[in-house]
Amino acid sequence: MTHDHHHDHGHSELSETQLRVRALESVLTEKGYVDPAALDLLIETYETKVGPRNGARVVARAWADPAYRARLLKDATPAIAELGYAGRQGEHIVALENTPKRHNMVVCTLCSCYPWPVLGLPPVWYKSAPYRSRAVSDPRGVLAEFGVTLPKDTEIRVWDSTAEIRYVVIPMRPSGTEGWSEEKLAELVTRDSMIGTGLPKQP
Amino acid sequence: MNGGQDLGGTHGHGPVMPEPNEPVFHAEWEKRAFALTLAMGMPGGWNIDMGRFARENRPPGEYLAMSYYQIWFAALESMLKERGLVAEDEIEAGHKLHPTKPVARVLSPSDVLKVLHRGGPTERETNTTAAFKPGDRVRARNINPPTHTRLPRYVRGHVGVIERVIGCHVFPDSNASGAGENPQWLYTVRFDGGDLWGPQGDPTVKVSVDAWEPYLQPAT
Repeated sequence: MTHDHHHDHGHSELSETQLRVRALESVLTEKGYVDPAALDLLIETYETKVGPRNGARVVARAWADPAYRARLLKDATPAIAELGYAGRQGEHIVALENTPKRHNMVVCTLCSCYPWPVLGLPPVWYKSAPYRSRAVSDPRGVLAEFGVTLPKDTEIRVWDSTAEIRYVVIPMRPSGTEGWSEEKLAELVTRDSMIGTGLPKQP
Repeated sequence: MNGGQDLGGTHGHGPVMPEPNEPVFHAEWEKRAFALTLAMGMPGGWNIDMGRFARENRPPGEYLAMSYYQIWFAALESMLKERGLVAEDEIEAGHKLHPTKPVARVLSPSDVLKVLHRGGPTERETNTTAAFKPGDRVRARNINPPTHTRLPRYVRGHVGVIERVIGCHVFPDSNASGAGENPQWLYTVRFDGGDLWGPQGDPTVKVSVDAWEPYLQPAT
C-alpha cells in the first residue's frame, strides 16, 4: 500500500494528537458545546452516505439523459439537487464537461475545497502539497502519476477552487455503452474521473 | 498571507501518491477532529474564512509538516482559545476548569442533516454592477496582505481573461478578519500556462482562479 508522508509521523506524536482530541471533546461535551450524538451522526454521514457514488449517479444521468445534461451544464446546483444532493461545500456547483479537445482538472491550491455533496470528503492526496503545488504548473506530469496520458494537443483546463464555487468534472462517456442503464453506467464513473485526475472505467 | 498554504507552482514536494481504496478517515481521532470542527462552527460563531485563516496562520514549515486533520485540529484549538471557550489547562486536564461561557446555539443530533443540507451559500444580492464582462482582459493585482486572502501568488501580476461573471459573493479578505461580509463581484479568470510559468509552462494548459473584483484591474 502506498503511504503518504503525512502518515509517517512517529507513534508518540500521533498518540499525543489522539489524546488532545479526546481531551478537547470531553471538555466541550462537559461545557455543553457539543453533543457527542451529533458528532457520531456527522461522521456516519460522511463515512456512509455522502461520497463519490452520488457524483457517479449525476454523471450517469448526464450521459443517459440529454435534457438533464443540458440542465447540469447550464446550472449544476439545482440539477444536482434534483437527485437529492445539496448543501455544505456544494452550495454553488459548476459542472465541467470533458470533450475530445478539452480535459478538465480540479484543484484547490490554497486549501482543500472539494464538492462534498457529490464526491464526499477529499482523499489525502488532493489535500497534500504534491498535488496542490503541481496541478496548476505541471498538470500533464501530475496526470502521468495517475497513469493518465492525453494526446499532446488536448487542452488541459485546470480549475483552482479559490472561492466557494465547487467544480465537478463530467468525463466523456466510454464507447460501447450504448443503451446501458444509468445504474450500469454509474459503475464506470470513478471518483478521480470527476476530479479530472482519472478517466472512467472502460466497459 | 504568503504562507505555507499558498502552494501553487512551488517545488520539492515529490510525486502525488494516491492511496488505493483509501478510507474516508485514517484514524479514530481524525473522525472526532473533523466532527468537532463542524459541530463547533455554530456555538463558536466563526465563519469559514476565519476558519481558513486559523489553519494557514502558522509557520510554513509547521504547516507543511502537519497532516490535514492536525491542521484542522490546531485551528479549532486556537479559535476556541481566542474566544475564551476553552483554555489550555482544560485541554491538558481533559475536563472543565473554568466557568462555561454562554453560546448562542449548539448543534443537536436532530439538526445535523438539516444544517448540512442547508450549507452556507455565499452569494449575496447587490445593487452594484460588475466592472468586468466575459472576454475582458484583467491583471491580477500585486497584493501581499499578511492577512487572509484568496488570490494565490502564482497569478499575481499576470494578465488573464474574464471567462465568467459568477455573481456577488462574500469577500473572504473582509470576512476572515471580522470586518463583515463586504460582498464583491466574483469572476472566473483564465490564464495561459505559457504566460504563468514562462519557458517551463505548457501552452496547451489553461488555468483559472475565481477572483473577486478587488483582486483585479483592467489590462490593456
